Amino acid sequence: METFNHDIVIVGGGAAGLRAAIAAAEVSDSLSIALVSKVYPMRSHTVSAEGGAGAALGPDDSPDLHAFDTIRGSDYLADQDAVEAFVAEAPDEVVRLERWGCPWSREPDGRIAVRPFGGMSVNRTAFAADKTGFHLLHTLFQTSLKYERIVEYDEFFVTKLLVEDGHCSGVAAIDLRDSEVRCFTAKAVILCTGGLGRIFAFTTNGAICTADGMALAYRAGVPLKDMEFVQYHPTGLPGTGILITEAARGEGGYMVNNEGRRFLEDYIPSKMELGPRDILSRAIMQEIEKGHAFEGPYGHYVHLDVRHLGEKLIDEKLPFVRELAEKFVGIDPVHEPIPVRPVVHYMMGGIDTDIEGRTRLPGVYAAGEAACVSINGANRLGSNSLTECLVFGARVGQRAAEDALETTATAQNPLARMAEEEEGRLVATYLDGTGGRERIAAIRRDLQKTMERGVGVFRTEESLKEALEEVRALRGRYRDVALDDRDRAYNTELVAALELGNMLEVAETVVAAALERRESRGSHTRRDYPDRDDEGFLRHSLAYESDAGPRIHYDDVTITRWPPAERKY
Amino acid sequence: MATELWPELLPEAPEEIELWEEGPPREPGAKPRTGPPAPGQIKLTIQIRRFDPERREEAWWEEHSVNMEPTDRLLDALHEVKWYHDGTLALRRSCAHGVCGSDAMLINGRNALACKVLVKDVAPRVTVEPIRGLPVIKDLIVDMEPFFAGYRRVLPYLVNDEQPPDRERRQSPEERERYDDTTKCILCAACTTSCPIFWGDGEYIGPAAIVNAHRFIFDSRDEGARERLDILSDRTGVFRCRTTFNCTEACPRGIKVTKAIQEVKRAIMFDRL
Repeated sequence: METFNHDIVIVGGGAAGLRAAIAAAEVSDSLSIALVSKVYPMRSHTVSAEGGAGAALGPDDSPDLHAFDTIRGSDYLADQDAVEAFVAEAPDEVVRLERWGCPWSREPDGRIAVRPFGGMSVNRTAFAADKTGFHLLHTLFQTSLKYERIVEYDEFFVTKLLVEDGHCSGVAAIDLRDSEVRCFTAKAVILCTGGLGRIFAFTTNGAICTADGMALAYRAGVPLKDMEFVQYHPTGLPGTGILITEAARGEGGYMVNNEGRRFLEDYIPSKMELGPRDILSRAIMQEIEKGHAFEGPYGHYVHLDVRHLGEKLIDEKLPFVRELAEKFVGIDPVHEPIPVRPVVHYMMGGIDTDIEGRTRLPGVYAAGEAACVSINGANRLGSNSLTECLVFGARVGQRAAEDALETTATAQNPLARMAEEEEGRLVATYLDGTGGRERIAAIRRDLQKTMERGVGVFRTEESLKEALEEVRALRGRYRDVALDDRDRAYNTELVAALELGNMLEVAETVVAAALERRESRGSHTRRDYPDRDDEGFLRHSLAYESDAGPRIHYDDVTITRWPPAERKY
Repeated sequence: MATELWPELLPEAPEEIELWEEGPPREPGAKPRTGPPAPGQIKLTIQIRRFDPERREEAWWEEHSVNMEPTDRLLDALHEVKWYHDGTLALRRSCAHGVCGSDAMLINGRNALACKVLVKDVAPRVTVEPIRGLPVIKDLIVDMEPFFAGYRRVLPYLVNDEQPPDRERRQSPEERERYDDTTKCILCAACTTSCPIFWGDGEYIGPAAIVNAHRFIFDSRDEGARERLDILSDRTGVFRCRTTFNCTEACPRGIKVTKAIQEVKRAIMFDRL
C-alpha cells in the first residue's frame, strides 16, 4: 500500500479547502499539507459562484448590521456567536484576497466596489464582474502555488476516513489514474467537499456536487446538522438549471409574471426583487400555482427583466448573464426578458462543526458548504457563502494546524491496513462483482425525481414519508448496481458509483430531518405546519447514522444579542 | 494563416467505425432509449475517438446515436452515451456551463468545450476527439500535467513583497481594465492544444501559460514582471509563437490570446510595460 504522510490532509480544493491550506501553511513552515481533490482545484464548484462576497466594507455599513441581516435572513436559526465571528473577519478576508491579487471590480476612486444583494440592507457585496467565484478560486489557487509545503493530489477520490482509537488519522483515496487506493496519514483531516445539489433533478450545482464529504463524516459517526434546509435560488434557467446571478436583481432587474406585473409587491413589497431567496422562491411557486406563470418545454417559469438597465451596464456588470442567456436559451437580455424558475442551489446544512471547524470526532474538521457552523441557519443570504469559505476556511486551517503541532502521529501500519481493507471492499463490490442489474444512471435519476417531488420548496408529512420510503428502496437497489467499466485507468464510472452511494446516504438525512421538523422556517416550508414554532423547533437538527436509518437529535441554537423575533421585511 | 491551418485538423473519415448496438436494458422494465426521436427531439450521431490501453493498443472510432433536445449541450449527449449506452466512456466535466475548464475536446476538428456546443448546432453528426498535443490516457482524457507545468513556470500569482496598507490597495477601473481580458483564462488548454508549434515541439510553453503571465505582468499591483519576461524570453517562450491565431479562435472565453502574446513580445523587445 503506497502511503503518503502529511500533517494535515484537506479533502476538496475549492475556496474553503484552498483557504484552509494557505492558513495552515502560514501557521508553521514545518507543516506538510496535502490538498486532495477529485478534480483539479480550479474545476471546483466555487468557480460557478457569480454574484459576490458579502463583507461590511462600506462607510455606511457595520459588522453588527451585517450580523443582523444574516440572522434575520436565517430565520433566527443561525448561531449568533458564529455570525459575530463571521462578520468581524469578513472585511479582512476580502481585503486579503485583494492583496493576493483578486481582480475585484473597483470604485472610481480605486476602492473595492460593493453592490446591493438580496436580504442585505446596504451595499455590501464585493464582486469581480459577475464571475466572482471564478476569480476568487483562481486567486486562491494561484496563491497556494507559492507554498511548497502545500502538496496537491489532483484527481484523487477519498472513500474513507481512517479512524483509530477514536481519532481520525488519515484517509483512503483512489488515485483516478490507476484506481489504486492510496493511504494518506495525517494528524488532522479537513473536509471541504462542497454541497449536494446533485441529489435533486433541477440544480445549479455542477456534476461534482455529490455530498462526498458529508457522507464520509456521517459514516464515521459525525452528525449532519440542519439537513432539511435546502436553498432554492429564484432564478435558474429552465432546462439546464444554469444560474442567473442574484446580481441581476442587485443591479436593478425586475421579476415579472405572465400578466406583465412585478408580482413581488404581493409578497415582499418593502424589498421586492431584493428579498431573501427563500421568500422569492416561494413567491414564484405560488405564482405558478395561481396560473400566473409562463409555460415552456421545461415547465413553468417567470421573467427576469433587465432590459431597462441598458446594454452598457449589462455588459459591464453582468456580462456572464448575457453570455449564458444567449448561449443556453437563445435570448439576448438586452432585448428580451430571461425565463427563470426556482432551482436547488445551496445546502445550508452539513457536517456539524463548532466555530473553529472542529467536529465531534477528534481529527476531523470541516468548512465551507460541506460544513454547518451555522451562520446560515434556515436560509442563507446571497454572497455570504463565498465569504464563509474564506472566513471559516482560514479558521479551520489555523485550528487544524495548531492542533497538528501538538499531536503525535498515529502508527502507520494500522492505517495502511485499513486502507488495504478499503481497497479490497471497493474491488469486490464494484470491479469484480458480476450480475448486478441496476444502472447507476437509473437509480440516480429516480433519486433526483424523488427529492424534487417530495422534498421541494413545499413539503408535507405525506410527501416526506413517501420520499423516505423511496430513498430507502433506492438504497436497496443500489446494492445491485453494476458497472460496465472494469478498467483501472480513469474509471470514471467507478467514481460515479461511489458518488451515488454518497448521495443516497445523505439524501436520506435530508428527508428524515425534514420529516421531523414540523414547522416552517426559512427554506423549509411545510404546508401542514405553516408557522414557525420557536418553542418546539428553535433548535438545530442533528442526523446520526444508525442501522435503522438516520436518528434525529436536536441541539440548542446560540443566541447572543439578537433575540428571536418575527421575520419581517 | 488560421484558415489554412485549421482545415488540416478536420478529421479524415475513419476507415472503420464500430457501431454501438443496444443490448438489453439492464434496469428491469426499462424501455430502450434509442429508436426514433420523440417529438421535439433530434437524433445526433456521435463519432468518438476512443482509446483504452487496457482493452486495445490502438485508438479506435465508435459511433453512437442519441435522441436529444435541440438545446441540449454536446456534453449532455456524451453523458447520454456514458450513462445509458456505454459506461466505459471516459471524459472530464464539472460545471457544465463553460467556466471550470474541464471538458475541452476536439469537436468537428476544432477545440471547444463540450458544454458550450449545442446539439442543434452540430446535428445530425459530430466527431469528438481528445485535444491534441498532450498524451491521451483514456478516451477523451489527456494528461494535463505538461500543460500545468508550463503554467506553473510563469509564476502565476501576484508578486509584491511591499508591506501592504491596512486596507486594500487602490486600483483605478482603468488599471483594472488593463489586464481584464487575460483574467478570464479558465485553464482548459483549448488554446495550447490548438497551437501547431506546441504540437510539433515539446518545448514551447504554449499560449495559456503566456496568457497567465500577461495577467500579472500588466496588473498595476504586481512586481514580478521582470522575472516573468525573462522566463518568457528564453527559447521555450513567446518567440516560438508564429502568430497563427489558432489559440485566439479556440479560446472558449473569447480572450484575445494572440494579442496578449504580442504584448508580451513587445514588452520584452522594447522593455515597455
